[in-house]
Amino acid sequence: MANILVFAETNNEKVKPVAYEILGKLNGHSVDVACIGNMDSDSSAMLAKHGAENIHKISGSGLEKYSPEGYSNSLKSLIDSKSYDYVFTGATSMGKDFFPRLAGAFNSGCASDVVNFVFEGDDFSGTKPMFAGKALTKVSFSDAKPRFVTIRPNALGMPDNENAKGGAVADANAEAGNIRAAIKEIIKGASEKVDLTEANIIVSGGRAMKNAENFKILDELADVIGATVGASRAAVDSGYAPHSMQVGQTGKTVAPSLYIACGISGAIQHLAGMRTSKVIVAINTDPDAPIFTKADYGIVGDLFKVVPILKEEFKALLS
Amino acid sequence: MNIFVCVKQVPDTETKVQPTGDGSFIETSSIKWIMNPYDEFAVEQALVVKAANPDSTVTVVRVGGVKGTEALRTAMAMGADDSFLVDAPDHLDSYMTAKALKGAIEKSGKNPDLIFCGKQAIDTDALQVPQLLGQMLDIPSVSVAVGFEQSGNALTIKREIDGGTIEVYEVNTPALIACNKGLNTPRYASLPGIMKAKKKPLTTLSLADVGVSDADQKVKYTDFQLPPEKPPGKKYEAMEDGAIGGVVKEVVGLLRTEAKVI
Repeated sequence: MANILVFAETNNEKVKPVAYEILGKLNGHSVDVACIGNMDSDSSAMLAKHGAENIHKISGSGLEKYSPEGYSNSLKSLIDSKSYDYVFTGATSMGKDFFPRLAGAFNSGCASDVVNFVFEGDDFSGTKPMFAGKALTKVSFSDAKPRFVTIRPNALGMPDNENAKGGAVADANAEAGNIRAAIKEIIKGASEKVDLTEANIIVSGGRAMKNAENFKILDELADVIGATVGASRAAVDSGYAPHSMQVGQTGKTVAPSLYIACGISGAIQHLAGMRTSKVIVAINTDPDAPIFTKADYGIVGDLFKVVPILKEEFKALLS
Repeated sequence: MNIFVCVKQVPDTETKVQPTGDGSFIETSSIKWIMNPYDEFAVEQALVVKAANPDSTVTVVRVGGVKGTEALRTAMAMGADDSFLVDAPDHLDSYMTAKALKGAIEKSGKNPDLIFCGKQAIDTDALQVPQLLGQMLDIPSVSVAVGFEQSGNALTIKREIDGGTIEVYEVNTPALIACNKGLNTPRYASLPGIMKAKKKPLTTLSLADVGVSDADQKVKYTDFQLPPEKPPGKKYEAMEDGAIGGVVKEVVGLLRTEAKVI
């Protein structure tokens, strides 16, 4: 049985779901959770239900805002005091940013963007995509402890069963230490929706969208089904969408439950970035487009005619 | 200013990946190697900073196989002054890579004021080396940079996070910046630049030279394999306007009853 800490990232005091996904796979180990700042009672109850023994709510001067150094330093002191064998978090923008620094502070290794894992006794063995998912590899650790792992959101899925533990919430004071790179200001993105990398449903447009204006029809479909809108590299390079929306090897690797590809031919570097989606729907006028080889449901048709009807059909289903 | 850029050579994005028989890595014999796309933004930013700060030098550092030093020559053809190559396997773990880069930077004899990296290498996709290198050198780092402004030793860096939201960081040099697409438009190497690059210094070092040994390996990658293929899906013909309604109705129905995702 390993002694494990899960760092739960919060957004407006709500724990991001990837923490529950991680807890669901750690049944049988001794698991604590840490967050920085506040967490609402629904979140702490949910963490307890899925196996959190203790929940450390860390606060201290300099920790009001995220910083890679502050978050790394404050978690380091908690990990030192509890001698954890493993420390997990989600491979989110934040997790990917500060976990390598934290692992480095222990001269330890970090397995990043892991999509599945098992423990044999106390030994972790994970599956990690490389080349944007064109290959999978087994990732394991050499001797140094603690060992750090970031888990791709949506990859493990929500736990099926409960594993209720105490989930005692305790405040912990920590030092942010010397913060040399500090956030002065946050400029909100145009999209209020969850990021592509954490989205449960994605509607994506390709070169066939023809211009930026036309993405409006994808936005309308996305609004009906609670999706985030993405784009192919061809669409981004043509200036139809910003790079933050790009799915693929030089954009974001995504793993939603449902991926709807509209007017995307399916270049190898795009397929690499979305092939682990649970269900793929493709709409394309070219019956030989490579995207159809990965699609669970392929529709050979004109997206400008199909998408509006798709929207109405979803609306009827969900009302 | 002493400016450093860390680059990596990676397989071209159109590469069809094939694992080796023993699963220790992928077949590399027929791969077209390119400079990691995100590293091009790092080289460009270094050259922009050099142009704005007289008496600056740009040194490029790479850890990887000796065969093919194109990434270093390309960076020097774009305008970098000199380069270091640490001869090593192409898939060291992030810790060994960062330690080797640190060792090479120290071997240069120059104290770094600014280090630029790409935000991630598109082969191993670990997204760790920039932050680790910052930690090892005990300097701050900002990753996924899409904006860079300099005023003396004060930097304002825009970092892109979820949904295109931007975190604006203030940080003083020395610092490490990991660059994303959108930061700048990388220049092409000019013909005179390419000729000049052939004469610029390229120093080759071994892992031992930079103080890295097998004992530094923290993470092991084994059993490279292709992802499982999905069974073929269903395909519907809807080019005729009259067919669209029925096809869409069926697909939406199956998304609920068969796929259970909506």
